[in-house]
Formats: sequence, C-alpha cells, structure tokens
Amino acid sequence: MDEINNLMQGFSVAMTLPNLAYMLIGITLGILIGVLPGLGGANGIAILLPLTFSMNPTSAVIMLSCIYWGALFGGAITSILFNIPGEPWSVATTFDGYPMAQQGRAAQALTAAFTSSFVGALIAVALITFLAPLLAKFALRFGPAEYFAVQLLTFCSFVGMSKEPAAKVIASMMLGFALAAVGMDAVTGQLRMTFGFPELLKGFDFLIAVIGLFGIGEILLTMEEGLAFKGKSARLNLRVVLQTWKQLPQYWLTFLRSTAVGCWMGITPGGATPASFMSYGIARRMSKEPDSFGKGQIEGVLAPETAAHAAGTSALLPMLTLGIPGSPTAAVLLGGLMIWGLQPGPMLFVEHKDFVWGLIASMYLGNVVGLLVVLTTVPFWAAFLRIPFSVIAPVIVVICAVGAYTVHSSMFDVVMMLVFGVVGYLFKKLKYPMAPLVLALVLGDMAEASFRQSMLLSQGSLAIFWSNPLVGSIAGLAIVMLVWPLLSSFKRRSPKREAG
Amino acid sequence: MNLRSRVKALSSILIGFCALATWPAHAWEPTKPIEFVVPAGTGGGADQMARFLQGVVAKNKLSPQPIIVVNKSGGAGAEGFLDVKGDKGNGHKIVITLSNLFTTPLATGVPFNWRDLTPVSMLALDQFILWVNHDTAFKTTKDYLTAIKAQPDKAFKMGGTGSKQEDQIITVLMEKALGKKMIYIPLKGGGDVAVQLVGKHIDSTVNNPIEAESHWRSGALRPLCVMDKERLPYKGKLTTTQSWNDVPTCASAGLPVEYLMLRGIFMPPGVTPDQVKYYLDLFKKVRALPEWKDFMEKGAFKQTFMSGDEYFNWLGQNEQAHRVLMREAGFLAN
Repeated sequence: MDEINNLMQGFSVAMTLPNLAYMLIGITLGILIGVLPGLGGANGIAILLPLTFSMNPTSAVIMLSCIYWGALFGGAITSILFNIPGEPWSVATTFDGYPMAQQGRAAQALTAAFTSSFVGALIAVALITFLAPLLAKFALRFGPAEYFAVQLLTFCSFVGMSKEPAAKVIASMMLGFALAAVGMDAVTGQLRMTFGFPELLKGFDFLIAVIGLFGIGEILLTMEEGLAFKGKSARLNLRVVLQTWKQLPQYWLTFLRSTAVGCWMGITPGGATPASFMSYGIARRMSKEPDSFGKGQIEGVLAPETAAHAAGTSALLPMLTLGIPGSPTAAVLLGGLMIWGLQPGPMLFVEHKDFVWGLIASMYLGNVVGLLVVLTTVPFWAAFLRIPFSVIAPVIVVICAVGAYTVHSSMFDVVMMLVFGVVGYLFKKLKYPMAPLVLALVLGDMAEASFRQSMLLSQGSLAIFWSNPLVGSIAGLAIVMLVWPLLSSFKRRSPKREAG
Repeated sequence: MNLRSRVKALSSILIGFCALATWPAHAWEPTKPIEFVVPAGTGGGADQMARFLQGVVAKNKLSPQPIIVVNKSGGAGAEGFLDVKGDKGNGHKIVITLSNLFTTPLATGVPFNWRDLTPVSMLALDQFILWVNHDTAFKTTKDYLTAIKAQPDKAFKMGGTGSKQEDQIITVLMEKALGKKMIYIPLKGGGDVAVQLVGKHIDSTVNNPIEAESHWRSGALRPLCVMDKERLPYKGKLTTTQSWNDVPTCASAGLPVEYLMLRGIFMPPGVTPDQVKYYLDLFKKVRALPEWKDFMEKGAFKQTFMSGDEYFNWLGQNEQAHRVLMREAGFLAN
C-alpha cells in the first residue's frame, strides 16, 4: 500500500509542533470567520495569504486549509442559534437547527452539526487518500452536459420538499432565477437587465442575498415579536455530547448518503452550498417521517452539515490534481500554491510529494483538532443567547454590513443587503419560503451557462443529456426526483382509498 | 535654557519641518495600504500575477505599505475598470489589465476607455498556444488544419474563456485563415478550459502557456503552435523531449494568426506624476528579482517592458487593432 506509506510520511511532516500550532491558529481563525456572515473562507484566506509568504509552503497551506475547516465548522453555529447562516452552505442547517434551538435543544443540534461535519470530512479525506487518481479521472468525464445534469438533479431533489404551497415555492424560485440573470450573459457577452446602472454589472451575489434575507430579515422579525431571541440557553456539557453521540449511529445511512452527495458535488465541482441543499432534500425524501423535517428533526441537521463538509473537503481534490478550484476558497488557495512556486495540476502529486501528503495528513489532523476546538468553545458561543437582544442585534447588523461590504468592497452591496432584509421580512410575514430563492440564485447562472454550453456543443439537440451512460443516468435520476412527490402522494393516497 | 539655545532648538525644528515639507516632492510614498484591483475572477492569469506581485513585494519589503488584491470581475471586468475610473486622484489604487481593457467596452458599450485611466507600465505580454488532446491524431498544426478543412462547417469545437474576448477573437482569426467555421464554447476560466480539453469535451483550445503547462508535462495535452512572430525563448526541457522553444510559430506552420495579451498596470485618472513614478520604480525593482524571472519562465511570458509614451502609443495601436478585429467579427456593441 503506497498510499499508507505516503500518508505516514505525510503525518511525520504535519505532526511537528509548529505545524500543530498553525493548525490550532487556523482552526480558531476559521471558526471566527465562519461565524461572521459574509466574511467567508475565501475572503478570510485571501486576507491572510500574504502573511504566509515567508512561511514554508507546507506549514502555510496547513494553516490556510485549517482556516477553511474552521469556517466550515463555524458556519453552523449562528444558523442554529440565531437562524442566521454564517456561511451560505449552512442555510440548509437553519431549517431544522433553529427549530431545535427554539425547543431548547441547541446543544444537541450543535453537537450533531459538528460531529456530522467531522464524519463527512473524514470520509472525504479517506477517499482523497486512496482514490485521488481515480476521482480525478472521474472528474474529467464532466463536461457542460454533465454539469447541467448535476445542477438539474440538485433542483429536482430540492423542489417539492417545501411545506409551503407549490405556487409560493415557484414564485420564490422564479424571483431567484430573475435575480441570477442580472449582469453579464456568459454566452453572448452582453449585459442583461442592468438598465444602465453600473452597480448592476456584477449581478446579485447570493452571499449578499443570504446575509440580507436571513440576517437582517430575522432581526426585523425579532424586533416585531418582542425584542428577544427565542432560543433557549445552549449549555453544552459532556453529558449532552455523549447522549447525542449515542443517538447518531442509527443515522448511519444518512451519513453515508450525505457524504456521497457531498464528495460528488465537491469533485464535479458543484460546491458545498448546492451539496447541502441536495443532501437535505434527499434526506427528507428518504425519511420515514418527512413531515417532521423543518420542525427540529436531528437528521435535518446531520444531512446538510455532512454533505457541506464532505464537499468542502473534496473540492480540494480537483484543485490539487487538475488545477481547477472546486470552490471559491480553493481558488484562493490555488493562487497561494502558485506564489509558493507549486504549480497545481497532474504533476503536483509526482513532483511535490511531501507537500501533497503533508496537506492530506493535515486534513485528518485538522479535522480532529477542529472537532475538539468547536466542542469546547460552544458554551462560549451559546452564551451569546443570554446577551440581551438590544445589545446583540446592533452588533449582528454591523457584522452583516461589514460582511456584505467585504464580498466586493462595495457600498452598493450594503444597500442591497438592507433591501434583501426587507424582502426577507416580507417573505416571512407572507409565508413565502426563502430557500428556493437562495438555491435559484446560487445555481441559476451556473445552470444557465452549462445548459447553453451544452446546446452549443450539440447544436441545439436535447439528446446530449442522454448521449452517454453518465449524463443519462444523472438526468434520469433528476426526473425521478422531480416526479417523486407525485408518486409518493399517490402511494399515500391509495391505502386511504382502500380503507374508505 | 538660555535664549541662544532656544533659538537654536527652534531653528532646528524649523529646518526639520522644511525638510519634511519638501521631502514628499522628491519621492511620493504610499501612506496607507495599496488597493490592487483585478478586473477578473480568482485563479485566472491576471489574478495569479497580481497575487504573485503582492507576495514578492511583501516578501522583499519593497513597499512601506501592503498591497491588497481585490477582485472586481463583474461584467467581464467592467466593474473593476469603472471603479478605478471613478476613483479620481487616488494614488493608493492600481489595476492590472488583460485584453478586456479593450474588448469589454467595445463589446458591451460600458462607458469606459483605457484613456480614462493613467497608464503606468507594461509588465509583460502573455502568449497564446494552440492545444489539442494528446490522444488525438493531430501531431502537428498541419494535421489539425487538414482535418478541419476536410470537415463541414461547425464540426470542430473550440473552447475558450468568456465571450467576445481574446479567446473568441483568436477563434475568429483562425476561422478566417481556414475559411471554416468552428463552434466556440465560452467557458468559465482558463484552468477550466484546459481541463475540458483533457476530458475531450472540446477539440482544441488557445490556452495561455501557464494554464496548460502541467497537463502538457503529464502527457495529457499537446501544444501545436504559438501565436507570435517568433518562438518562445525558454529552452528548459518540460517533457522528456520538448521545451517551450520546440513549439513552432503558427505562421510557420501554416496558420497565419498572431495575438499577444497585455499584462499591464494602470492607475486612476488625475494622479500626480510622482505617484506614477513610485509604482514605475516599484515594478522595475520587482522585475530585477529572481522570483520574477522564475515566474516569467514558468508562464512562458514575453518579457516586453514599456512605459511612458512608448506604452501609450502601443495601447492606442492595440486598441485600434481590437476595434478592427471585433468589427469584422461582428462583436461591437453598436
């Protein structure tokens, strides 16, 4: 087993005292970055990148990737406690995490979120360790048609799962698509729906939408409802952790499924955010009690967190082996590699063995360190719930505004965030779901681009989506997912008919 | 303290003030962090160069203030250019450009022209190489050209970055030289384009050397020809048998297409000559570093350096060339 030998060598590189210290610093910074909405892993790493130029490449990448792990862990904290996702990939975590917190089960939700993040990452790293060349080859089979099929599958596994009336879901999703269409049309190079406003050139960033809709929207709603967060104090002690852990093994199938979804979306590269939505949708589909989702079902926390972390981890694989980043954060790390004189791509594994295996070993260690750090710092985060709303709310608004500004260093985005905040408030009052809007905004322009690229390739024939077994089976699966609610409602109805 | 010593102290303070007051006139230096705008996404060629510059400047302590890279890629870079254009007189802002300096305003009609900015210097020119998958039968440019000519229109798929930008302009140039139409697929970034070629989803690309170099070394891609008047000067072996220098020019191989892309630095309008000089000197210092030489060689850049009038004239000519090319291709906004 070559891999085992290489990995052991990697551990000996990663296990030095300074490297472990960098890991700890990285994870802690990452959690902070993850907690602050808007200040994503990509921004965090971009800001800290210059500090690492004087370090040796292995230590530098270990610290930076640990920031990334930390951000993946940290995003869940505010989702669960305040219903405000710290990172876009924790939007799906709010669906059940926040209800759990409202029921006084914040500690269980946090433990579940962190543990599942850890499990997702661990399986993904194991895959990278042993199957990297195979996975890289698999990623190569993805052209525009395959990308579109995956994006279609994400939509299809998510639609129809909302409890809101279908018309409201569609309205929300269409608004998301409309917003996603603003800006430059990638295929013709023309500007669309910018109405001559230079501010609209870059389109609507879904990060801004998430911060506004969820962050500001939630604050507005809470102000109306009596100036207090409904979350109960989330005291996390060892007993709760162990109790939650005892429950988790029964969800082994959810873990496996979510990890598979996550790894796949990370490699192809769909990214952590679509992965978390898709995994949540599938978990609900496959559940025996789908109606309990959205009301504090622990599986609803496990599924998106596992998938997000697995996707975040495996997104590093195409970066290392092919030189294409699977996520914005990976893109910034890629820039870092170049500066340290390492050319990412197929030769990296051959020419810089020490570096690659040191990084992979640090993924194992970093996640263990990360789990320990988050589990021990949670009482600290949970203590925020005891701060009076009148103190914490302005702080959250300021953090949201700073976060929105950092995305593109633009004041216009801060104004947009406030507009989205009002939209979010109205959505909640009128009981429109926000998740379809966010999903459409995240995936809308990607899906449009890959659809139109496919149409260019096939010169307008839809048959391209069934042109080979890979794309055919993904597209087929997407359609099954789409009609599933019809099938299952039919199944549910038929016994009744027999009874009646 | 007696009177004399007081006068002495006072005069020395005065002299000190005078020195302070006149000193900035001799050399302007940044007093707060320098914003380095990249009018393109993270991970692309311009972004890599900007982040590399940020790194070497910090590492070699060439600037008293750090450089902060900011990506403003919206509207094919229009977001970044408009931002710099609107920041009149700000000496703490620079922007790196690629061909979208010319193509974006021409294709979209966004109110912007390079003359709205203050040119500082050209850093280098980026090359374009015609790449095919290693498994194809096209061993030389001639094989490739014969195959295209033997097929009907729109049988060959060319992948490239973005729409109505350098890659598509080159594709149109090739179409004209060949008398055959190709299908142009606009993809997201240069790295993405190369990987799509490795995965055989497209037939050829015109990637910059640095974007496809590692796939070449791993034996997945093959360079056919370089779109310049002369061969690349870099003779270090990259594969067992070949170096950049072994790639023939396209013109010599029967494909008369030439295209080079600007990697240059601009500042906002209305900055002082001292400020321009500061950055000019900064980049001259960077160009003398061994790290810069490695970077140039790794990316197989054309190491042309220009500033002042020479640079200004080059920009005017290059803009005109783009206008002509894009008008012929039907890419102009109006």
